[in-house]
Amino acid sequence: MARAPAKPPRRLVVMVATRKGAWFFHGDTKRKTWQVDGPHFLGHIVSHVQLDPRDGRTLLAAAKTGHLGPTVFRSTNLGKTWKEATKPPAFEKVAEGASAAATGAAGAPARSVDHTFWLTPGHASERNTWYAGTSPQGLFRSDDGGVSWTGFPAINDDAQYREWMGSAQDGTPDGPKLHSIIVDPRDPAHLYFAMSSGGVHESTDGGRSWTVRVKGMQVVEGFDPGAITFHDPHLLRLCPSNPDRLYQQNHCGIYRIDRPSDQWVRIGTKMPKRVGDVGFPMVVHPRDDNSAWVFPMDGTTVWPRTSPQGKPAVYGTRNGGKSWQRLDGGLPAEQAWWTVKRQAMTADAQDPLGLYFGTTSGELWLSRDEGTRWHCLAQHLPEIYAVEVAALA
Amino acid sequence: MRVLIPSALLTYTRVSRVEADGATLGELLADLDRRYPGIRFRMVDEQDQLRPHMRVFVNGQGVRDLSLALSPADDVGIVQALSGG
Repeated sequence: MARAPAKPPRRLVVMVATRKGAWFFHGDTKRKTWQVDGPHFLGHIVSHVQLDPRDGRTLLAAAKTGHLGPTVFRSTNLGKTWKEATKPPAFEKVAEGASAAATGAAGAPARSVDHTFWLTPGHASERNTWYAGTSPQGLFRSDDGGVSWTGFPAINDDAQYREWMGSAQDGTPDGPKLHSIIVDPRDPAHLYFAMSSGGVHESTDGGRSWTVRVKGMQVVEGFDPGAITFHDPHLLRLCPSNPDRLYQQNHCGIYRIDRPSDQWVRIGTKMPKRVGDVGFPMVVHPRDDNSAWVFPMDGTTVWPRTSPQGKPAVYGTRNGGKSWQRLDGGLPAEQAWWTVKRQAMTADAQDPLGLYFGTTSGELWLSRDEGTRWHCLAQHLPEIYAVEVAALA
Repeated sequence: MRVLIPSALLTYTRVSRVEADGATLGELLADLDRRYPGIRFRMVDEQDQLRPHMRVFVNGQGVRDLSLALSPADDVGIVQALSGG
């Protein structure tokens, strides 16, 4: 989500991560004219690109290729030049002949990071701190602006967490993910993250210890919601205007929680039955904690992961999920079988709010009026994995 | 010894044939990383396993064991797996 800069923004940059590289779209604050910059890292599978809101010019990009291992690229000049991290996120090496008990994860096989999936800039008061989530599930932190990364043993090497994560074999075809790393804007030690699958987790001590937060969340019918491994949150968002409120798009519905309650409430039951409340992305309004948007997808039968009935639409709520409105003005009316992945939908901080999403078919869409009308900003890009937008002073 | 570098790793070495040293394949890859920082982790994971789609040939023979002994006259080729779509 975009964070408001100290000075009035002069322009916007939309960062698009795709299966074949990254692109930047530079636009004016009215979002009328755009210039494309890219591809960067052509041929790389780029899972996420994020701008550091603390300096407005440092970018991190999580990348790998089909053959080569994962890495993180860093730019300190808005993408003009890039340098690779000296120590990308990687799990601890298990000594040859040693049992996995050496890492605390007794009985669990040694793991390797397949790709870094998620990047979150740290708290405003911690200038060089970043967090990363990986596939298979791992949580990492950098204190030098993304140059070197260290794992959180309380997650990555903990026997209980390893059991909840399952093996890579238990994950989706793209691999199990640790995602939605959220830093409370009021407190750098207050963190959330989610695992798909493996539940929602909260720390109030900077990540030394964690508490499971899945109460009220449903799991696939017939399975035990008491088993954390069955919980599949697809995305969490914290409301910047009310950091005690979080929204969640889950494999099994749309939820909201109002802390200090520990009870998630399913708010997706008010979605139309023919559309359902399954999806990947979710976006919240930076100034209104009652406004949020989702992009439903077909989660029936074999999970086609397309727009329901081939008719894509955003759904928005203005009352915290009590009711939802279909927002499909300008989108294809039929025979459009794409969907939107979990990091591929975002909002700027302009007024009225701009909403953006990127599709699995390589189209970038923009709404300048909070979802009422949609415009295609780009097409023929590779499959889009992530879309972020930032305001530049 | 002489090492053939695949096109995907030329961003590190700039040229496709480089010189590196090592008494074992593991040492050779460590020497490559000293000369071209970051290149090893793209080929070998944190558990010291050659990544699934990377192949190494020593004098034409495919190998995966990093403890394999090498001699200075050996010809080492690193390639991306060629099969599949």
